[in-house]
Amino acid sequence: MSGIFFAVTSAVGLFRLPDFFARVHAAGIGDTVSAALIILGLMLNSGFTLISIKLFYILFLLWFTSPISSHSVVKAARHSGLEPFLVEKEKTNRKTD
Amino acid sequence: MIYTVTCIAILIVMIIILVRAFCGPSIYDRILAVNMFGTKTVLLIAVYGFLIDRPEFLDLAIVYTLINFIGIVCVLNFIERVERMEDEEEHS
Repeated sequence: MSGIFFAVTSAVGLFRLPDFFARVHAAGIGDTVSAALIILGLMLNSGFTLISIKLFYILFLLWFTSPISSHSVVKAARHSGLEPFLVEKEKTNRKTD
Repeated sequence: MIYTVTCIAILIVMIIILVRAFCGPSIYDRILAVNMFGTKTVLLIAVYGFLIDRPEFLDLAIVYTLINFIGIVCVLNFIERVERMEDEEEHS
């Protein structure tokens, strides 16, 4: 049983490969989800000790700081006039109407 | 063995993020890339601590998470202030 447990934890835990898609969305999700997966994997591999509590604390901090950072970057970009593609297309459509 | 593979994967992702930090057309892309780089550094420290079989590295990971966050917020504040000063110069 412990053999199965270790095989499962080694295989399921420690999956990585954060995703690479379109920039801000990728950064936000990549940070949050890949951090979660890696840290959960490490937690599975080290049982219920002080180490896993520290890992949970790291995960907690990362989950709160990375969305805040991504949101602040996007807000700053909007504030400085960096508009996405679709907004310009809508403006040109309205002018032709 | 799996810790080694994870470390190598995180290093590859960090190289890709650095490429994005050099390319990215606007400055906000680069800020985002540096933020991601910091987060991946934290993960690398954590996994490397497990690789070396010395899990005290997790304390370093906690500290660097906070430092990374504070650094990014400071950089964003600085850029906002610089752009506001540039706007005032253009208007006046």
